[in-house]
Amino acid sequence: MLLQEAAAAGAHPLAGTAAEWLWLVILLPLLGAAINGFLSTITGWRPGPFDPDFHRTGEFPAAPASTLVERASRLVGGGDVATGTSGPATLVTGTHSVADGTDSQYVEDVYEDSLIEAYDEKLEAPPRHRFLPLVSVVGVGTMAIAFVIAVLAFLAMVRVSPETPLIRNYWTWMAAGGLDVAVSLHVDQLSIVMTLVITGVGTLIHLFSTGYMRDDRSYARFFAYMNLFVFFMLVLVLGSSYLIMFIGWEGVGVCSYLLIGFWFTEEANADAGKKAFIVNRIGDVGFLVAMFMMFWNFHTLDFMGVNAAAAALPIGTALVTTIALFLFMACAGKSAQLPLYVWLPDAMAGPTPVSALIHAATMVTAGVYLVVRSGAVFAAAPSASLVVAMIGTLTALFAALIGLKQWDIKKVLAYSTISQLGYMFMAVGVGAYTAGVFHLVTHAFFKALLFLGAGSVIFAMHRAYHVTGNHDDAQDMRNMGGFRRFMPVTWAMMWIATLAISGIPPFAGFFSKDEILGSVFAHATGSTLAEASLLGVGGSSWLYLFYALGLLTALITAVYMTRMMLYTFHGPTRTGEVESRHLREAPWTMTVPVVVLGLLSIGGGWLNIPELLGMLGPVGRLEHWLDPVVASAAERLGGGAALEHALELTLIAIAIAIAVVGIVGAVVLLRPARLLPKAESPREVGIQALLADKFRVDELYDRFIVQPLLTASRRVLYRGLDIGIIDRIMVVGFGWSLPRFLAYLGSRLQSGLVSDYAWVMVVGVILVLGVFTLR
Amino acid sequence: MIVESLFFSALLFVVGMVGVLTRRNVLIIFMSVELMLNAVNLSLVAFSTLHGLSGQVFAILVMTVAAAEAAVGLAIVIAVFRHFQTADLMNVNLLKG
Repeated sequence: MLLQEAAAAGAHPLAGTAAEWLWLVILLPLLGAAINGFLSTITGWRPGPFDPDFHRTGEFPAAPASTLVERASRLVGGGDVATGTSGPATLVTGTHSVADGTDSQYVEDVYEDSLIEAYDEKLEAPPRHRFLPLVSVVGVGTMAIAFVIAVLAFLAMVRVSPETPLIRNYWTWMAAGGLDVAVSLHVDQLSIVMTLVITGVGTLIHLFSTGYMRDDRSYARFFAYMNLFVFFMLVLVLGSSYLIMFIGWEGVGVCSYLLIGFWFTEEANADAGKKAFIVNRIGDVGFLVAMFMMFWNFHTLDFMGVNAAAAALPIGTALVTTIALFLFMACAGKSAQLPLYVWLPDAMAGPTPVSALIHAATMVTAGVYLVVRSGAVFAAAPSASLVVAMIGTLTALFAALIGLKQWDIKKVLAYSTISQLGYMFMAVGVGAYTAGVFHLVTHAFFKALLFLGAGSVIFAMHRAYHVTGNHDDAQDMRNMGGFRRFMPVTWAMMWIATLAISGIPPFAGFFSKDEILGSVFAHATGSTLAEASLLGVGGSSWLYLFYALGLLTALITAVYMTRMMLYTFHGPTRTGEVESRHLREAPWTMTVPVVVLGLLSIGGGWLNIPELLGMLGPVGRLEHWLDPVVASAAERLGGGAALEHALELTLIAIAIAIAVVGIVGAVVLLRPARLLPKAESPREVGIQALLADKFRVDELYDRFIVQPLLTASRRVLYRGLDIGIIDRIMVVGFGWSLPRFLAYLGSRLQSGLVSDYAWVMVVGVILVLGVFTLR
Repeated sequence: MIVESLFFSALLFVVGMVGVLTRRNVLIIFMSVELMLNAVNLSLVAFSTLHGLSGQVFAILVMTVAAAEAAVGLAIVIAVFRHFQTADLMNVNLLKG
């Protein structure tokens, strides 16, 4: 048996190559998490009850200095370190604990640049985490080594181009009845692409974090969580069965929760973490139910087994449609689709690198990965696939509309992420699995870049605000403007990403988005999907509608991204006269990842060049690469559909025209010069207010779901069950009143008089004797 | 002969029992208990005419135990009287629930 297995394993072309070492890729981040977690426990800091400011960040109290000059001179004059250090730890937390509203007392005359410079120098060297170098090396190093191993495995796969996945069993996790879950890895073209994105983009973001988080007191804890997240994410994409994937699926959810609530001393952040976790639970129920149904009907949870079983089923059975819909429910939770998207904008409460890694590049794309991985299931259920595409399209449009009127720079990007995820689901919904993965990859590049760039901007804002102790919103675009002068590198890279996401050639987003829209259009005729129907409407009509809405979303995308760029980087600076002198470009640890991602955003499109543009390089590399994994499912769902070259050219021209119209329109119509700082801005009215309030979906959920649930919990579960039944009847009733009553009755028998007891005894004796006599 | 003895024994027993149940003075009750013991002794002796000497031997044993019991009982009575300053059992109800 062992020999046979060995022979079978030896037969796999990947045996003995670097792909065998992918387990190390998974375990390295776990090792990093363990080391950094240990370091964070021995340097653990928590606000104590005697901490004067423990409600916020536990900063040492700083005597409020009346003017900047006073503070600067006190600092430079070798004095009070506490004043100087009160900045850094709060620097990234969004609180400014120093100032006491003394902005108005600034007098330009006493303003001395030399003092300011000296202050900045002091600010550059605040007290850092005790093990900062070690934590950085462990955190980034494990990621970098993992990335190198992943690249080696990828190169090995390129050499042998295996047709079947390499499946390595390590040990049996549990065997019970028909269920036999092995801890095993599934290495194929899809999972290696995901692994490369996770470790590659992850390494860059970890490097960025060493700059962004360097002044945080919980530096080690941050890297422990980040590494742990990467570990779970790799388990998610490399596991060989739905159950192993589910471990990763839940694990990334936990890490997401921990990192959203990283600055948990602010209640809003902790609440945002809880919200993300709870909303994801709703989706996870779908995952579980889907797994139950798969095991019940297919008797296996392996990707191979389930996909083979689903591929053998006829198209459109109720069983496979239900499974697919439950799986998509999980995707809607994790990947923030309608109606479960509400957690993602709130998740921006976490540190910006977290938003880049978890809430843009990797975790939220897990849903897309799940659909592609379960391709055969979705291909056997065209109506479920149509639902996926429909939800994706609606989400893309809906989130893009909201993104139009957001002022928080991270919120714009959050809604943009939701919108782009909608595009990905549109792609995988119409059976264009390659296009979905392609957009996943390019989106990981340019959206990580956008978030990191926004992080650099926020970093600069916080630093500037801290010098003056300004309490304004450091993430609000109305307080920015004109940053091109201060942060040229970030500005240029952000524009690259903006052009990429808007779909301007030759940037990466153009190719992937165009492929998605092209596939939607192409599959509208002659495919299985076009034959299917949903809600009584034919698939063909649906797909044309999706295409139109997708184009509309592309237009809106171009507008809101350009708006963000204009308001942040162009026009006059609204940060404040004093503050703007302190705006600086970020340190190299933060600009290098941004630049690398910028290059990837430019070149990412070459991964999968459409046949039409064959003069640019090798055609459809990603498509050929993913063929062994997705080809059969894609063929089953959307096969036989191909576009005429002339038509395809027209579609591309339309897409480009739309993007250009969006950008130019935004540049022409929006006037950054007229924008007022947040404090002076008037409230929006009408439709603008509706958009700025995010269509009031949160309020809607609150009104119709959260409050009824809370009320029901309070009235039925708390008052009825907890207080009524358990407390009143069980504890007070059976536990207290009833024994007390019985004890009272019993105690009445105890008169304490000997003759009474003698009477009882005599009666008893007579009774016993009587029974014996009369028997 | 044995019938009369047993009848007398039963009569004595009932008298003692009624004394225990109805009287309030601890000394009287104590004496009633002794009466009951002796009623049992009488019946044992009476039965020994049917079953050999073991009944009489047992009666002597009972008397010995009764003597010991009387010593302990009287000691308790004295202790009770010292504590409560009364020999009336109606006033001794510390174990009342």
